[in-house]
Amino acid sequence: MSGSAAFKDKTAIAGIGQTAFAKGLPETELQLACMAIRAALDDAGVDASEVDALGCFTQETTPEFEIARNLGFGELHYFSQVAHGGGAICGAIGQVAMAVALGIANVGVVWRSRKRGDPSKRQWAGVQPRIDDHWKWSRPHGLSRPVDEVAMMMQRYMHDHGATREDLAAVALAQRAYANNNPDALMREKPMDMAAYLDARMIADPLCLFDNCLESDGAIAIVVTRADHARDLCERPVLIHAFSQGMTREHQLMTDYHGADPFRSSSGATADNLWRQSDIGPSDIGVAQIYDAFSPLVLFSLENYGLCGRGEAAAFVAGGGMGPDGPLPVNTSGGSLSEVYLHGANLVTEGVRQLRGSAINQVEGVETCLVSTCDSTPNGALVLRR
Amino acid sequence: MIETIPLPTTDDPVDRAFWQGCMDGRLLVQNCNDCGHVQHPPRAMCPACQSMELGWKQTSGKGTVWSYTMPHPPLLPAFTEIGPYIVAVVEPDDFPGLRIVGALSNPEGDSIGGIDPDAVRIGTPVRLTFVQLAEDVALPCWFPAGAGIPPEKEMQQ
Repeated sequence: MSGSAAFKDKTAIAGIGQTAFAKGLPETELQLACMAIRAALDDAGVDASEVDALGCFTQETTPEFEIARNLGFGELHYFSQVAHGGGAICGAIGQVAMAVALGIANVGVVWRSRKRGDPSKRQWAGVQPRIDDHWKWSRPHGLSRPVDEVAMMMQRYMHDHGATREDLAAVALAQRAYANNNPDALMREKPMDMAAYLDARMIADPLCLFDNCLESDGAIAIVVTRADHARDLCERPVLIHAFSQGMTREHQLMTDYHGADPFRSSSGATADNLWRQSDIGPSDIGVAQIYDAFSPLVLFSLENYGLCGRGEAAAFVAGGGMGPDGPLPVNTSGGSLSEVYLHGANLVTEGVRQLRGSAINQVEGVETCLVSTCDSTPNGALVLRR
Repeated sequence: MIETIPLPTTDDPVDRAFWQGCMDGRLLVQNCNDCGHVQHPPRAMCPACQSMELGWKQTSGKGTVWSYTMPHPPLLPAFTEIGPYIVAVVEPDDFPGLRIVGALSNPEGDSIGGIDPDAVRIGTPVRLTFVQLAEDVALPCWFPAGAGIPPEKEMQQ
């Protein structure tokens, strides 16, 4: 058996589920997780007792045993957690898919439940008076939030490639326009134009409010089965074609300024190994869901995944490249900037809806989707296909 | 939410000498005694040769801005008070390829901040100073070379 033959197209995403998305929801994170997982199992047509594998984030607050004993799962045979927040969702799904493909487990559930609408829940607000890890090299200097760390990279990108704030605005504007069609999106009723973007208050130069993801509550769940099992459940399941995680040499979480080429991010490491396994190349991708906690990450990821040439992503998005009529529609639900911020789990479910043909901003005839995770952390990605 | 600027621990054996160097007015970068690999931030091991025999080299205190940002609220209370301020990634002129995160301050090192944003661009030459944040923490910061170097600081360098 050569390469990734043991994995390629052997598993499928058979079900997706989600709660309402809002600035504040009354349910607890455990309740939200249960609701999303129940919805995903219903969508798949799988009984809860069949689930024997779980995947989640190390940052997940709802532990596996609570999930299993609330949902009424059977005995579990595989459970894994993936670190690094925004970098984690594709790793969590890919690891469960590996366990299912290898026959270690039968049906897997991956979930993310989060209440972050309350400002006190923002991670950077929990900084301690003394720092003993790698953040000690940046936070005492006032580089205290993820947006500051990404702004540092964007400023350099603009300098290197002559990109402007108007170019970057195209990311937020394209995603807002998608969200305006999406009844589930937090920003469904809030159109935005270039003037509104340029007038917004700055958060960390050159990034303004609209370059930042939403702070929101909600939960999402995904059901993974063997591909043959999925075909019994529905006619055209969404197959997991290729998967990789990635971390560059000498990577430093979020403040990855110290390597020889800071713009060759962990997405580059993921991409090289992803495309090595994949029969589908970057130019064959019909729709992309690119992690977007901050809009520059979309530009950096487009380049690292080979969807745009180096230094060309800003011009690509400014020319409408990621919009509904562009060559590569990106973040078609509105993404983290305008639909909901759930550490990128909504990018996976939107990819599934696109390949089912049931997306609100459906890309006509689309058969392939790349889903990526956070460009500035250790990360991962999936190639999905019909 | 903490009220003060978050401080580094200074008693970790990996980087204790770095913070002591700052207290002595010297910015040190880690140097492998076995293979000569130079790195920042400090690590427990040399990734080039896996040696743990790691020493230090002093930088001249002259550098160039690789990038920068100006954070705006919402911020931790201590940074809200001193804003607007600029944080840069600086390449030390005598260790090309290394990059060091550093806040900008005035040449006297009175506090983070107090710099005209228009005085900072990518490529701006900067000079080292230290802002004393606690009895064990002198934070290595930078100011635009054009801002003028006080005579006593120039002598230290």
